[in-house]
Amino acid sequence: MTSQEYSTVEQMAVAASKLIEDGATVLTGTGLPIIAVALAIKTHAPNLTVVFEAGGIAPRIPVLPISVGDSRSSYEAIMATSLDYVMGVAQQGYIDYGMLGGAQMDVYGNLNTTVIGPHHLPKARLPGSGGANDLGSLCWRTIIMMQQDPRKFVKKLDFLTTPGYLDGPGSREEAGLPTGTGPYRVVTQLGIYGFDDATKKLMLLSLHPGVPVEEVNRNSSFEIKIPAQIGRTAAPTAEELRLLRDEIDPSKFILRK
Amino acid sequence: MDVVERGEGPLLAWHDPDEQREWIHKNKNRTMVDKRMDVKTSISKFVRDGDYIASGGFGHVRVSMSGVYEIIRQKKRHLVLAGKTAVHDCDVLVASGCVEKVEAAYSFGHELRGLSPASRRMVESGKVQAVTEISNAGIQWRIRAAAMGLPFIPARVMLGTETFKKSAAVAVTDPYSGKRIALLPACYPDVALIHVHRCDMYGNSQIDGISVMDMELARAARRLIVTTEKIVDHEVIRNESWRTNIPFFCVDAVVEEPYGSHPGNMPLLYYSDEEHISEWLKLSKTEEGASQYFDKYVFGVKEFKEYIELVGGMAKMKKLEDIEHLRAPTEAPWAVLEK
Repeated sequence: MTSQEYSTVEQMAVAASKLIEDGATVLTGTGLPIIAVALAIKTHAPNLTVVFEAGGIAPRIPVLPISVGDSRSSYEAIMATSLDYVMGVAQQGYIDYGMLGGAQMDVYGNLNTTVIGPHHLPKARLPGSGGANDLGSLCWRTIIMMQQDPRKFVKKLDFLTTPGYLDGPGSREEAGLPTGTGPYRVVTQLGIYGFDDATKKLMLLSLHPGVPVEEVNRNSSFEIKIPAQIGRTAAPTAEELRLLRDEIDPSKFILRK
Repeated sequence: MDVVERGEGPLLAWHDPDEQREWIHKNKNRTMVDKRMDVKTSISKFVRDGDYIASGGFGHVRVSMSGVYEIIRQKKRHLVLAGKTAVHDCDVLVASGCVEKVEAAYSFGHELRGLSPASRRMVESGKVQAVTEISNAGIQWRIRAAAMGLPFIPARVMLGTETFKKSAAVAVTDPYSGKRIALLPACYPDVALIHVHRCDMYGNSQIDGISVMDMELARAARRLIVTTEKIVDHEVIRNESWRTNIPFFCVDAVVEEPYGSHPGNMPLLYYSDEEHISEWLKLSKTEEGASQYFDKYVFGVKEFKEYIELVGGMAKMKKLEDIEHLRAPTEAPWAVLEK
């Protein structure tokens, strides 16, 4: 692969990294989200505070953690504390961004990471909430990263693990979730999405280079709103690709996909 | 406070706070006595069939694997597992038939390494049931309520979701703000296993690095087995008391077990053995493979020391120390395994 060619996973990492501004706090899980956060730190956001749910606060990340609780998650950190502490500060309102993934998402950004099929005898048993429900409940803004296709962007989730906008405007607050929180952006292999202010439904914001607009609804079981004005995501630069491949994930823990 | 919504999950590991106080009063020894024993004795003495069991650390980070393997060796049955980011510990306990039910916060997965073939198979075939769902903060705060001697704790998570519906939480109207809030019932595990960096013979324990949920878990569990990399002189604890996470009166057994978190990571000492975990992930794709693993690494050895020899002995441990301190690259065979 030359520096001019890149995978959709690399495109997603680069696109997501740009959504987080310098100086913010971000709570992240394993996988692609860590890559995006690590890239943000190495590019435009050197003062990003990364927090891992198991207790690592502001670690340096010379090597990717395999677990959000392994020793890399608190390597040269400013604090090595506890899950109670991290979730407590999230509940207080200290965490700006939460990074999430999912097996299924619906039009309101609700996520399923629990089961495919019935709960009592699932076709596929997935890990469950983990910290996802907590991030989706407590962070000011959540950024969801996932591959989209009609089996993943579904009309009805097999299980609602993590809250997005639940049933639409006002339903988070009604349920008792902190005011002013919720999904902010969704990054897939096709583009970047936001949520319509009036309906809280998924809406296209920008398409990645070379992606035709028809692909958006072809790869979703619910209808995604396409506004008159659509942006174009910037392609990864040679420098961004170098950082991803040589510095952030040289062992291909994540970028192999 | 009126209950406006009630989760339908069973209430596990809960006690009336006065009944729990009474239990502590009668059963927990408040004098500093020598609690050293071997892992075999500790498991046979304090882990009973049907217990609700919780593992300290974080799945494959600072987990008491010597204790976990001993539970498998002693063929404990019908355990109810706190799936609190239960990774390797959960996977082998579920796969070996020790577990009947799981309270699932994060279970049946290996984080970046992918899903757990063996424990998924047990759930998808109906042999093991995820009887209740909860979030990581949810189970942490259930345990925190127990550590404070309270019947429940309020929280702003899980609300509006099926994670809530499948839990034992309730939602009420907060009398102060008038907003809806979740109440999470306290969780008192029958027994917990926590692996620490050092402790004295009485159980005064120090953890280096993140403590995850263990400060609270040590107080919430009725019985606590501490396994430790090293037993130190009591004066070592007194010299740096601010490093102590668990006091002796919470502890029922002290087991010295160097490399006791293997194949898990022990922060600041050794990294996880990704080669060994890959071997497990590969073998456990079939039931026969999983049995082969247990025959070789659990039933085929008498004690943990023998297991450490079998997985590569001191040469392997040295390598894991080098990886931990970034003197050697992290190797992850699962990253090139066929998906």
